[in-house]
Amino acid sequence: MTPAGASGAELGRRLREGDLSAAPAALNLVESKIRTDEVHALLREVSPAAIGSEPRGHLVGLTGPPGAGKSSLLSALVRAWRDDGRSVAVLAVDPSSKRSGGSLLGDRARIEFDPADDRVLIRSTAAGGRLGGLAPATRAAGHALSAAFDVVVIETVGVGQSETEVAEVADTVAVVVQPGSGDALQFIKSGIMEVPDVLVVTKADLGDIALRARRDLSASLRSLGEREKRVVAVSSIPPVSGIDDLVAALDAHRASLDLPARRTDARRTSALADYVVEHGERGLRALGGRRAALRYLAELDPGLDVATLVDRLEEKALTR
Amino acid sequence: MMRTYAGHSTAAKSNELYRRNLAKGQTGLSVAFDLPTQTGYDPDHELARGEVGKVGVPVAHRGDMKQLMEGIPLDQMNTSMTINATAAWLLALYIVAAEEQDVPQEKLAGTTQNDIIKEFLARGTYAFPPGPSMRLIADMVAYTVTNIPKWNPINICSYHLQEAGATPVQEIAYSMSNAIAVLDAVRERVDQELMGPVFGRISFFVNAGVRFVEEYAKLRAMGQLWQELGRERYGVEDPKHLRFRYGVQVNSLGLTEQQPENNVQRIVLEALAVTLGRDARARAVQLPAWNEALGLPRPWDQQWALRIQQVLAYETDILEYPDIFEGSKVMEGLTAELVEGARAEMAVVAEHGGAVEAVSYMKGQLVDSHRERIRRIEAGEQTVVGINKFDSTEPSPLTADAEGGILVVDPETEAQQREAIAAWRSQRDQAAADEALAALRAAAESDDNLMEATIAAARAGVTTGEWSQALRDVFGSYRAPTGVGEATGGDVPGELIEAVREEVEQVSEGLGRRLKILVGKPGLDGHSNGAEQIAVRARDAGMDVVYEGIRLTPAQIAASALQEGVHVVGLSILSGSHKELIPDVVSALREKGVDVPVIVGGIIPEADVAPLKEAGVAAVYTPKDFDLTKIMRDIVELVGERNGVAASA
Repeated sequence: MTPAGASGAELGRRLREGDLSAAPAALNLVESKIRTDEVHALLREVSPAAIGSEPRGHLVGLTGPPGAGKSSLLSALVRAWRDDGRSVAVLAVDPSSKRSGGSLLGDRARIEFDPADDRVLIRSTAAGGRLGGLAPATRAAGHALSAAFDVVVIETVGVGQSETEVAEVADTVAVVVQPGSGDALQFIKSGIMEVPDVLVVTKADLGDIALRARRDLSASLRSLGEREKRVVAVSSIPPVSGIDDLVAALDAHRASLDLPARRTDARRTSALADYVVEHGERGLRALGGRRAALRYLAELDPGLDVATLVDRLEEKALTR
Repeated sequence: MMRTYAGHSTAAKSNELYRRNLAKGQTGLSVAFDLPTQTGYDPDHELARGEVGKVGVPVAHRGDMKQLMEGIPLDQMNTSMTINATAAWLLALYIVAAEEQDVPQEKLAGTTQNDIIKEFLARGTYAFPPGPSMRLIADMVAYTVTNIPKWNPINICSYHLQEAGATPVQEIAYSMSNAIAVLDAVRERVDQELMGPVFGRISFFVNAGVRFVEEYAKLRAMGQLWQELGRERYGVEDPKHLRFRYGVQVNSLGLTEQQPENNVQRIVLEALAVTLGRDARARAVQLPAWNEALGLPRPWDQQWALRIQQVLAYETDILEYPDIFEGSKVMEGLTAELVEGARAEMAVVAEHGGAVEAVSYMKGQLVDSHRERIRRIEAGEQTVVGINKFDSTEPSPLTADAEGGILVVDPETEAQQREAIAAWRSQRDQAAADEALAALRAAAESDDNLMEATIAAARAGVTTGEWSQALRDVFGSYRAPTGVGEATGGDVPGELIEAVREEVEQVSEGLGRRLKILVGKPGLDGHSNGAEQIAVRARDAGMDVVYEGIRLTPAQIAASALQEGVHVVGLSILSGSHKELIPDVVSALREKGVDVPVIVGGIIPEADVAPLKEAGVAAVYTPKDFDLTKIMRDIVELVGERNGVAASA
């Protein structure tokens, strides 16, 4: 355990230098609600401004309904990435209980990993009060870890709101759909086909049912004019199949991306979301509304970290 | 038939015990295997540490099985084996042991438990994913029905469902749904004309709780549904095949650590539930020992359990009458109510696509029911004598002796077994073993019946761990759903919970983030009910709970605690391996630099508490600590104290 006084700047610098062993303490700090100055110091150290470029890690959002096979898929993906020599961090987000504020984070039990492998990190996180969404700390954690890990996965549960929230922070969003469950139809109807960059149909071992789900999804993507989006069918249980295709599809999306633009957008959206959590609708009005706030953010240095952007928004609200 | 569930330490020691029990008038064998054997690991595997010979006998190869059955004529024996994931393998070893006694397999009689769905739901000793597991079962049923006609290839266990908290309706519905999944799988692998005999070979292993009137009604309801199922779904006509056959082990969940002598009368009453009425009388009864909640029973404790049955059978008049409940309106009504409830719940399971697909659903339901049971006891709505009522007691002479009235397995056993298996491997014909394993893999990849290749591997001296690993290579490994994610946030009784939530908030404020606890089970013990209830209650008390599930190595627990940044680690062990495993976990944590408090719960004899604390454990909880909210308060205060944060404002 890192003593309570461990410096955020120190942890941030270690992450920036690729020291993965700094990650657990860095995550403890990023989640802290009282050591905010230290958190900011950490995030500044891993900001593009400090690094000189965007953090190199690939931020992948993985989302889908319960029972769609996300955990088995993650086990297989982690194995594939590790076989490829890449370091992997997984942030698994579960909802919190409204009654008690507590949460049951059960996903870890279902993701296989080798405890002796120190280039894999799995961290369960509670969504906090944000229904179907991401806690501010999860966004910050994703940003921070991407400075050190080759791949950072943010895994969330659900169909609907959580996809859009993940899309705001991830470079690449993969949505997992289980064939034969009505998920595919549900998904097509939900009107969020533009969110995923890659669609994953699990349980390819189901044969025809999986094929049909894949065909339906491809057809609706085409009808929306989304021709570049990939639909990948995988089976995470033996005989495992499709995992390499999925890895390739995720890599291809990342390669096609204007990364600085997407990350800058993500940071600005995150900053605004964090600001709203802190100051509410009234705070938003003080900025002249959401659009005005985003316009203001767009004028700032694209390399600024989220915490600094929030500071700027707060300053702006006071000066208006 | 009368049996006691037995086996421990080594094949030779268990053999002695069996022979002693047979001499005392026991009429069959009931073999308890240790956890490595049940989950398919050899004694020298990392996960076997601390578990070898603990809850049963280790059987790693045909040599062990031969020694286990030494001097016991297998053509005259009825042997029940509590074995599931590796049932096909242990049956193969038993067949080979019989061959060595010149007994042909068609003369063998007995039962392999072989019920994998309840392992996923309640007991945790599974080895392979659901699909291949069901295939192994279907292969065994298909094989035995033609080759070992007196063998009961599967014993569907509603027993463990009740132990995991099932209500009578759930117990009936889930076990019947389970039977449907098995029979449907077998139907694809045998000819239709064999379905009658197949149906006739399926037996049940049920539980009987202390509410024994309702329990008797439950058995009548099961008999009724079973016949219906045979006729309507599988076209079985022969009344002999349609009979609902079941064995019983009465309830362990209701046995208490406090005033353990009260367990004797609980056991007697539960035994009445399954013997009183002739129409639904058990064909084999197994009674637990009075001190099961304290630790592993000694031979004398087991003798006491056997004597209860003998008094019932030979001194009382219950066996002399036709069904004494015939014509009882109360009994008819109760039975009808249970049948109706069970049908509705079976329909829900069917909607999920059957028992295999519904494992996650059923598990969530069981965790919920169990939570409700604990809530009722905590709230005083359900009386448990000696626990929440009449809890003052005179000192007990039964538990006063030095070792606290339980059997302790010699710690040397494990080391000896490690050496023994290394010796076995070095002495056998390695080429023959390799060839048999290759053939087994090939059979697993094809659609052939796996029994032939399994028996050939047994003959070739393959070990339990090797057989299982070969199949894991082909089938993959699996982790069952934990049910805790599905458990809803229910009402927690008492005023204490509000105070504890407040304390959790206070401490979390001081820590800067929400109090986070890791809950998991080291070792091979899969009885996860306790750990699950602790996890759910911690969530309800406002903590962030990382539930890691079962079968964890110390290295896994340490890595998780570090990565998750938890403030406290809670471990649960019921198999008696705490003396080895807990200190291992503590040192693995400290090696990783994780300096958080560790608490332990489970069946921990009083004498072991001090050594555990010396090894760095902050607190130890046993079944007598039934008030989970109080445990939560201890945890908050412990974390507050260790971090210099006040728990109360």
